[in-house]
This record gives sequence, C-alpha cells and structure tokens, in this order.
Amino acid sequence: MDYFLTEEQQAIQEIARQIAEEKVVPVREELDEKEQFPAEIMEICGQSDLFGLAIPEEYGGFGGGVLETSLAVEELSKACLGVSVSFAATGLGCYPILLFGSDEQKQKYLPVLASGEQLAAFGLTEADAGSDAGGIRTTATKDGDSYILNGTKQWITNGGEAGIYTIIAITDRRKGPRGASSFIVEKGTPGFSFGKKEKKMGIRASATRELVFEDCRIPAENRLGREGMGFMVAMRTLDISRPGIAAQGVGVAQGALDVAVNYARERKQFGQTIISFQAVQHMLADMAIKTEAARAVTYSVARYIDSGAKDFSKMSAISKVLGADVAMQVTTDAVQVLGGYGYMREYPVEKMMRDAKILQIYEGTNQIQRNVIGAGLIKEYAQKK
Amino acid sequence: MNIVVCIKQVPDTTKVKINPETNTLIREGVESIINPFDHYAIEEAVRLKEAHGGTVKVMTMGPPQAETALREAVSLGADEAYLVSDRAFAGSDTWSTAYTLAAAIRNLGDTDLILCGKQAIDGDTAQVGPSLADQLDIPFVAFVRKVRTITDTELVVERVFEEGYEVVQSPLPALITVVKEINEPRLPSLKGKMKAKKCEIVMVSRSELEVEDPYLGLDGSPTRVVKIFSPDLKRAGEKLEGEPQDIAEKLVRNLRDQKLI
Repeated sequence: MDYFLTEEQQAIQEIARQIAEEKVVPVREELDEKEQFPAEIMEICGQSDLFGLAIPEEYGGFGGGVLETSLAVEELSKACLGVSVSFAATGLGCYPILLFGSDEQKQKYLPVLASGEQLAAFGLTEADAGSDAGGIRTTATKDGDSYILNGTKQWITNGGEAGIYTIIAITDRRKGPRGASSFIVEKGTPGFSFGKKEKKMGIRASATRELVFEDCRIPAENRLGREGMGFMVAMRTLDISRPGIAAQGVGVAQGALDVAVNYARERKQFGQTIISFQAVQHMLADMAIKTEAARAVTYSVARYIDSGAKDFSKMSAISKVLGADVAMQVTTDAVQVLGGYGYMREYPVEKMMRDAKILQIYEGTNQIQRNVIGAGLIKEYAQKK
Repeated sequence: MNIVVCIKQVPDTTKVKINPETNTLIREGVESIINPFDHYAIEEAVRLKEAHGGTVKVMTMGPPQAETALREAVSLGADEAYLVSDRAFAGSDTWSTAYTLAAAIRNLGDTDLILCGKQAIDGDTAQVGPSLADQLDIPFVAFVRKVRTITDTELVVERVFEEGYEVVQSPLPALITVVKEINEPRLPSLKGKMKAKKCEIVMVSRSELEVEDPYLGLDGSPTRVVKIFSPDLKRAGEKLEGEPQDIAEKLVRNLRDQKLI
C-alpha cells in the first residue's frame, strides 16, 4: 500500500526499520526478561537524528511533525513496544516545551532533546489522579523568583532515565481546573528524586517510576506558559501525542501479523501448511484488515494535525482508540495462530500481546478517549443547528 | 586529511542460494549490499575525519547500479562519491581492477590515506587493496584492527595475526585494509540519508583516466577462470567415541598407524 510519503518520510521509515531489525529484534527478549532500559538503542536513535523529527530546524531538529514521529514509532513498535515507548515518551515530554515554551526555554532544552543527548518525560498522573486528572495534588508554591514543588507523580515513563521533565502541578487550588500550571524540572535538582521502578506486565524494557518532589525549588522561569494554563498544556500535549500511541498499535499489530503469516506458511498439520486452511486465512485476513485500517486512520489524523488544524481532539482520540484496540485484537489472534508455540516465550507474539495491553490504558484509557469523542460529537452537532 | 575509501558492491551472500545442478550462485533477485568489511573501512575513515578533519571520498568500480552502494556510504558519513564505470572495465580481475582504481585515485589529487575492507565476501581474494597500493607505489598494511595514532606524515596501526598482533609504523600516504574488530559501524542518520539522496555521484569513465587499453577489463586481466565448482565434501570420516582419555589414545594410535606422527 502506497501512502504517498515524501522522500524524507521514506528515509525516516528506512532508518527506524533498520534500527528495529538490527538493534532491537536481537535484544528485545533479553530486555523484556531483565526489565532493562534500552539505553544503547536510545543512543542510536539520537545519532540517527530520530529524536529531532518534530523539533524545528532552528532548534536542531528535522522540522517534521506528528506524521514523521508516527512513522518512526511504528517501525520501532514492530520490533518492541518497550523500546518504542521509551523513544516516544521523550516526544511526549518535549511537546509542552514545543507548544508552550518561550524562545529562551526552547533554546535551552530543544537542541539537547533533538540530539538525544537528554531524554524527556511527562509527569501528570498521580496515585489519585488517573483518568480524573483534576485530582492531582502535587503543588507548586511561588516563593520569590522560585516555585517550590511538593508531591509524587506516579507511573512516569522514562522516570529516572530522562534528564528533562515537564510536570503539571497545582499553583492555586481555589481555582479548580484553572489552578494548575506546567513546569520544566531538570534531573538532579535538589528535592527531586525517583521512587521504585515498577514491575509491569508488558513494555518491560521501559522505565516506569515515581517522581518524588520534596521542597524541590525550581526557578520561576521554568514555568511553561502562564499560571493556570497547566491543564491546557496537558490536554493539548496529549491530543497531539495520541497518534503516536496509535502508531505504536499499528506497529505491534503489523509485527504480530508478520510473525503469524510467516509461521502459518511453514507450520504443517494434517499434511499441509496451516495457512492453506481457510479458518487460519480468515483470521490472518481480519488481522490485516484491522491493521491497515488503523494505519490509514493514524496517517490521516497525523497529516491533519500537521496541516495546522486546531480542532483535532476527537480525531486524535479516534486514532488512539482504534490503534490500541486493533493492537490488542491482532496480537491476541497472532498468539492463537501460533497455538502452543505462540504461548511460549521462545516466540515473540506472547510478548507483543502482553505489551499491547498498555495501549488501551495509557495516555488516556480507551474509555476516556470515547468520552473525548462523545464530547466532540455533541459539540459538532450542536454547531450544525 | 584526504581519505579515500574503496568499496565494492556484492550480492548479499547470506541470501544467495546455490543452484545444485550447476553449483553456481543464483544471483537473480538477490539484493546487492556494500561488502560488509568495507563498512568498517567507511566507519574508520569517517571517525578519522571527525577526529582530525578533512574529507572522505568513497570510490567503487562497477556497473551503474553500484551507485546505490556509494549513496549508502554517503549516508554513513562520506563526503564525496566516485563511480568508476565503463564498458571497457567490465570483467576486470583483481590486478586490472587495482590498475584502473589507481588511475582514478591519481586523478583525485593528494590523498593521505586509502582504506579498504580486508576482502570482499564474493571473490574473497583480499588482493585488490594490496595490489592498489602496489600500483600507486605506496606502503600498505593489511588486516588492521586498530589505528593507534595518525599525523600528517605517518600512522601507527595494529595488524592482526592468528597468534596476536604487530604494531606497524608507516609513512603517509599509505593504504590499509581493515578487519571487523576495528570498530562498530554506525547506522545511517536522517541527515546523512537526505544528503545521500541529493549528493552528486561523480562518474569516472575510460576517457578520463590515464590508462592503457591492453590492461583493462576482461582482456587486460591476467587471471583466467577455467571452472567454478563446489569442492566435494564426501570424505570418509571416522568418529572416535568413548571417554576423553580413550579417544585421545585411539587418535594417537591412528595417527601413528598412518605415520602422520
């Protein structure tokens, strides 16, 4: 299928594919088994210019957008979601600076992120603030030229590994949702430490930790945008990053489909390859239908956002829901096609299935996405009258 | 520092199948790649450039489609690319290839260092590098596993042997062929890849070289390939079994019986 990608976009695919095939596939099982962060692969992604895809050229990036990022994420995800989320989470941590940073903040942080010298992370979720982001308790109290942060962020991807963190904290509790603000916090700032590394079902190569702030003093110039804009920063960041999750879904689904088809072509039962059985062919066909549909939506939404559109919350949520659900269905079916072998860790599909589950949960559960889509529908149809 | 890397485009032998009837390689539909050992030469050249400045020129002699190998080399950090290609060069053996490459390298002006992979994985001769140095009348060191130091006038390298390595000092200009222990080649970068798509491949044909026709191509090649065949591997073997001590005794007895020891 030709998606009419530009030469640059094809080059991005080729590079990410080569990294995935040569550097990720040979180690993914071990990274999963040992729950080891793929530091070396992140370094290679940096040397190959992949971290700068969505960063403007004036800040050392490539000047692309959501589609370029999605293409790279998709290729890495074919090999390992644990690796691709470590890559993509830097993009997530980067977006608040990209979207709301001052020129000084961009000058200071974007070049080191574009080169991969530093990884980034985004800190919104807390123990009592998951789907209901309004429940966050981490506070940022103004004190002269500084803010003092207190509180704990939970399940933060790249926690401990990233050098630069964008954090949402409450600056004025009385104002409710308008009382949150967004801040850049550097690793090594006194009062900023990391909790234990979480043990997860899948994406085990990625690092998921608590961020702990205890009277952590940061300069007031590290605030992103104005006071009170915190939730807007968070929502806009998630809106723009969601196609990346969709791309993860497309990638892992394609990876699982590839394994399943190749296996079915070789595995013999009843004297013939199992792909000659219509029951298996139809399963593979359904997997291919879903994967291709998710890819088409992901690319379309990414292009729509990159075109400068403003009203993309609903479409971004649609791509995320579809990509994540397709990933879960296709990886589960891939395990079924491989049968007993699929359930064994010797084959990659059981890991893909474990990994895929998170896509329906993080960056806004698929249920919350449906809320966003529902709200979008209500708004659109109200405007039509 | 002006560095030239000579590379070869070869069939991806990991994907080549052998025709069981003719015992020849089935090359149709097989992807062409940069000779794997040449990747180490490109990487080393780019590292030397990054450390000491200068330019890396990559050169290959081959058919027009070898352009893709040159573009890949540019994506990996080479600055300029030269494709030595002409019907007159077709069928060259290692001597004739070295003779032609030498003339093309002379045309580039001052060159401080030439790098080649230790051998190509298709012909496996390991001759073109040393032969090229001979044609250019410069010193060469084969099987280099490390460049220790390099200045404008000399380099010190480690040449690897089965038993160890030698430290060799050589004046420049010189040619070295490298082994895979020398480095770990990088993957292409996006900037490199975009540069490679746009960069000009300089075509070098017969008319631009100071060469004599009797030394070119198949007719100018002293090597004559009479026959290519897979060696017969059906030698009768004897498997010795038992405890290690028994096996050793049997082996020694056997060898003595055959008056081999």
